[in-house]
Amino acid sequence: MANSHEAVAEQFDDMPQQIEASTLGMWTFLATEILFFGALFLAYIVYRHTYAQAFALAGRHTLILYGTINTALLLTSSFTMSLAIHSAQEGKNKPLLGFLLLTIFLGCGFLLVKGLEYHEDVHEHLFPGAHFTRELPAPGQIFWVLYWVMTGVHSIHLAAGIGLLAVIVWMAWRRRFSSYYHNPVLISGLYWHFVDVIWVWLYALLYLINRH
Amino acid sequence: MTFPILPEQASKIATQTDNLCWGLVSISAAVCLIVFVPMIYFLFKYRNGHPADRSPSNLPQTRIEIAWTILPLLIFMCFYVWGAKAYFNIERPPPGAMEINVIGKQWMWKVQHPEGNREIDELHVPVGRIVKLTMTSQDVIHDFFLPAFRTKQDVVPGRYTTEWFQADKIGTYHLFCSEYCGTSHSHMEGRVIVLSQADYQAWLTEGQPGTTLAESGERLFRELGCSGCHLGQSVIRAPPLQGLFGKPVPLNDGTVVIADEGYIRDSILLPAKQITGGYTNDMPSFAGRVSEDELLELIAYIKTLGSQSP
Amino acid sequence: MNATLPQTETLEIPKPPKRLLTYFEDGGRTVGSWLLTTDHKRIGILYLYSIVAFFTIGAIAAAIMRLELITPAGDLVTSDTYNKLFTIHGTVMVWFFLIPSIPSVLGNFVVPLMLGARDLAFPRLNLLSWYLFNLGGLLALYAIAIGGVDTGWTFYTPYSSTFTNTHVVTMVAGVFMAGFSSILTGLNFIVTTHKMRAPGLTWFRLPLFLWSNYATSVILVMATPVLAMTLVLLSIERIWGVGVFDPQLGGDPVLFQHLFWFYSHPAVYIMILPGMGVVSELVTCFARKPIFGYHFVAFASMAIALIGFFVWGHHMFTSGASVYSGLVFSITSYLVAVPSAIKVFNWTMTLHRGRIFLNTPMLYALGFIGLFTVGGLTGLFLAALALDVHVTDTYFVVAHFHYIMVGGMVTGFLGGLHYWWPKITGRLYPESLGRLAALIIFIGFNLTFFPQYVMGYLGMVRRYHAYAPEFQIYHVMSSAGASILGVGYLLPLIYLIWSLKHGKKAPANPWNATGLEWQTPSPPPKHNFAQTPIVTRPPYQYSAETEEHMVYG
Repeated sequence: MANSHEAVAEQFDDMPQQIEASTLGMWTFLATEILFFGALFLAYIVYRHTYAQAFALAGRHTLILYGTINTALLLTSSFTMSLAIHSAQEGKNKPLLGFLLLTIFLGCGFLLVKGLEYHEDVHEHLFPGAHFTRELPAPGQIFWVLYWVMTGVHSIHLAAGIGLLAVIVWMAWRRRFSSYYHNPVLISGLYWHFVDVIWVWLYALLYLINRH
Repeated sequence: MTFPILPEQASKIATQTDNLCWGLVSISAAVCLIVFVPMIYFLFKYRNGHPADRSPSNLPQTRIEIAWTILPLLIFMCFYVWGAKAYFNIERPPPGAMEINVIGKQWMWKVQHPEGNREIDELHVPVGRIVKLTMTSQDVIHDFFLPAFRTKQDVVPGRYTTEWFQADKIGTYHLFCSEYCGTSHSHMEGRVIVLSQADYQAWLTEGQPGTTLAESGERLFRELGCSGCHLGQSVIRAPPLQGLFGKPVPLNDGTVVIADEGYIRDSILLPAKQITGGYTNDMPSFAGRVSEDELLELIAYIKTLGSQSP
Repeated sequence: MNATLPQTETLEIPKPPKRLLTYFEDGGRTVGSWLLTTDHKRIGILYLYSIVAFFTIGAIAAAIMRLELITPAGDLVTSDTYNKLFTIHGTVMVWFFLIPSIPSVLGNFVVPLMLGARDLAFPRLNLLSWYLFNLGGLLALYAIAIGGVDTGWTFYTPYSSTFTNTHVVTMVAGVFMAGFSSILTGLNFIVTTHKMRAPGLTWFRLPLFLWSNYATSVILVMATPVLAMTLVLLSIERIWGVGVFDPQLGGDPVLFQHLFWFYSHPAVYIMILPGMGVVSELVTCFARKPIFGYHFVAFASMAIALIGFFVWGHHMFTSGASVYSGLVFSITSYLVAVPSAIKVFNWTMTLHRGRIFLNTPMLYALGFIGLFTVGGLTGLFLAALALDVHVTDTYFVVAHFHYIMVGGMVTGFLGGLHYWWPKITGRLYPESLGRLAALIIFIGFNLTFFPQYVMGYLGMVRRYHAYAPEFQIYHVMSSAGASILGVGYLLPLIYLIWSLKHGKKAPANPWNATGLEWQTPSPPPKHNFAQTPIVTRPPYQYSAETEEHMVYG
C-alpha cells in the first residue's frame, strides 16, 4: 500500500482517479489512432473501387506466407499479453515478467519476418518508384504505395509498443506492480491489442482479399 | 477609380443567382435587425446606473428556445431547396448545346472549337446559344470562372469536367482562373467575347484552319495505329467504335458504364482499367504519347463515328 | 471582575495564514524553471509567448500583402513572393496562432482553475505539447527562411506534390508536429474534464467555456490524425515521386481535398468554439445574469462539433465531385448553422433585464457577437449551392472566414485575455485604453473585411497578386482598414506589457465573478487552491437586482 501510494501523481486525489484518468487517456489516444489509420483505409477503399482489377492483380503479389506467419505471431503475442495482464492482476510478478518478455519476443519476431518480407518485396521490384515492376498495370503502383505506408506505419507502432513493454518490464523488474497497482500493464495491453487488431485488418485487405 | 456595386448580368443563370443572393441578403438583414436592435436597446436600458426593472423575468424559456431552433431551421431549409434547385440548373446543361473544349495549363487557357478554330485566353461564342465546355488540365488544378455568367468549375487534370452558359448580351466579359495554380495564377485570365450570330460565323470562317477537330482526330487515329485494330477487317479483335459514344458498355467484371468522354480517355490512357466484356486487355497504354489536345481531337472523331453508325 | 482580566490577556490569537506563494514565485524564477515546468499556468504563459511571436509573423505577411494590393498591378513584390506571403499568412495564422490561441493559452491557464483541479491530468504531456508545437513552428519558420512555400495553406495536389519547387515537405513536417501537439492538448483536456472536476461540479454545473473547450478537444483528437496521415501521404508522393494523388500516375487529386477538408472544416470549429465559450463567460459576468438557456448553449457546442464532421464537402461544390454529394453537404452545412444561431439568440437574451457593465472584455464580447453574426450569416450564402458556385474562391469566402476567425476567434481571444489578465498576472490594465483598443479593432476590422464581400461578389478571385482595375476601390478601403486594425492590435500589446510593471495590483476577484478561478488569489498559487473547492450551485449565479461594484465600475 505504501508503495502504491507513492505512485499517485500530485495532480490526482487518489489512486482510483489516477487509474481512471490514465485509462481514459489511452482510450482517447486509440480513438486518435483509429482515425490516423482511417485516412489510409479510406484511400485504400476509394482506389480499390476505382481500380478494382489492377488492385486485385497487384494484391496477388503480396507474400502470403510471411503475412500469415506474422498474423500468427501477433495473435499469439496478444494472447501472451493477456496472460501478462492476468498475472499482474493476481500480483504474480515472475509470470508477469515472463509473459511480458515472451510478448516482446513475439513482437520482435514479427518485425524480423516483416524485414525479410520487405527485402523480398524490394527484390521483386515492388517498391514504388522508377524501378517498380513493369508486370503490373500503372494503378497497381498505388496499391503498393498503400502497402508500404500501411505496413510501415504499423511496424513503427509495433516498435513503439515493444519500447513501451520494455519500460513495463523494467518497472516489473523493480517490483513496482502489485495486485492493487498494475494499471500501466493494463494500458500497455490496450495499446498492444490495438496494434494487433490493425494488423488483422491489414492482413485481410492486403493479403487475403485478392485471393479468392 | 470606378465604384461598381454589382457584377454585370449576362445570362439567365446570373439573374437566378443574383435573386438567390438578394433573398439571402434580405433574410440576413432581417436577422441582423432582430438581433442587433434588441441588443442595443438592452445595452442602453439595462446599463449599470440606469434604473430599470431587473427582477428575473418569467419568460417561457424552453418554448422560446424551441421556437428559435425550429424557425431558423425552417428558413434555412427553404434556402437549401432554393440553392439546390438553382444548382441543378447550373450543373446540368440543357440539350442542344454547342460543344467547345478547354484545356488549362500553367498559365493559359487553350480553346478548341469543333470547326477546328483554336484560340488562347479568349473564347468567342455566339449570343443566345447554349455553350457547353468540356475541360481538362494538362498540369495542376485550374478553375474556369466566368463572373458575368455566375458560373465556375474546377479544371482537373486526368478527367473531364463540364461547364455551360448561355450569354444573352453581346459584349466582352472576364475569364479568371480561380483555383490557385502557381506563380502566374493571377495572370491566367482571359476574355469571353460574345458576338452576334453573324459576327460569330464571320469570325469562324476567318480563322478556319482547313480541318475540323474531328478531321484532325481521324488523322491521328490512323497515325497512332488505332485504326488497325478498331476499324474494318482487322486480324486482332478489338471492340468496334462505331456508334459507341454515349452508349452503355458492358465490362468484363459485369458492370456497365456509359461511353462518355471520360471513358474514352481512360480507355486510351489506362486500357486495363475498364475492359470491355468479351475482350482481353491487349491494348497498349498511350499515356505519355498523346497530349491533352490530341486526346480531345480523338474523342471528337470517335463522337462522329457514333453519328455515322447505321 | 479583576480576577478575569489576566485570562483575556493570555488568550491565544491565531496567526493570520501565511500568504501562499504565487505560481511565479513557487518553483523558482529561473529560465530553466519555466522551460521544465509542468504547471499548467506556466505552460499557458509559454504558449502565449509562442503565439504572439507567430501572430506577429503572420501579421507582417498580411501587411505586405495589403500594401501590394493597393494598386491593381503587381508592383511591390513579385508574384512568387506574393504567393509565398499568403502561404506564410495562412499556415502560420491557422496552425500556429488560431488553433492554439484560446485552447492552449487561456484554456491551459483557466481550465484546471475552473474545474477546481490542481493541474491537468497529464502535466508532463502538456509540456511535451508545447515543445512539439514550437518544434513544428521552428520547422515552419525554417521552411520560410530557406525560401518559403507557395502552395497556399491548403497544399492542394498535384501542385504541391509535383509542380512547385518550394519547400513543401519541411513546411508539412512542421504542421504535422503542431498537429501532434494539438492532439495531445485535446486528449489532456478531455481526460481532465471527465476525471478531475471538483466535488459537486457536475456536467451541468460546468461553466460554458469548459463545454466549448471540451467540444473543441473532441475535434482536435478526432480530426487532426486524418490531416497528419494526409500530409504523410503528400510528403511520400513528393519525396519518392510515387502516385497517391497525382493523376499522371492514376491518383486522384480530389481525394486529397476530401481528406484535407475532413480535417480542415472541423478545424474551423476549433477556431470558433473556444471563442464562443469565452463570450458566454463574459456576457454573463458583465450583464450580471445567469446565461439564458444554459443547456441549449452547452448542447449547441457539442452539436457544432458533431455536425462539423459532416460538412467538409461544402468546400468542393465546384471541384468536380458529384452533384448529389453537393446536395448532402449543403444540407449539413445549413444544419450546423442552427446551433450557432441558438447561441447568438441566447447571448442577446442574457442581456435582457441585466445590469450591464461596458468594460473592455464586454466590448470584445459584443464585438464578437456582431462580427460572428455577420460571418455566420454569410456562411448561409456559401452553403447555398448555386451561390457558392459564384462566390467560392473569391474574396467573398476570404471575408467570410476572416469574420469568423478574426472577427470571432481573435476578438474572443482578446476578450478572454483581458478578462483573465488580472488573474494571470495579478495586475490591472488601463481600462480606458482597453476600451479604446476594442473600439479601434472593431472599426478597423469592418473596414478591412466588409469591402471584401462586395468585391468577392463582383468576381475578385482570391490569391491574386494583380487584379482588374475595377476592384481597386475596395482593395484601397480594405488596406486602409487593415492599417487601423494594425494599430488596434498593437495597443493591447503595449499597455498589457506596461501593466505588468506599472498596472495596479489586482484583487482576487476584480469582476465579482462566480467562476471557481476567481475563488483563489490573483495570481494563483502553484497548486491553484489552498483547499479543494466544493461546488454546490450551478454556474453564473449573478443577480442583476443588487447594486454591485466592480474594480473599474
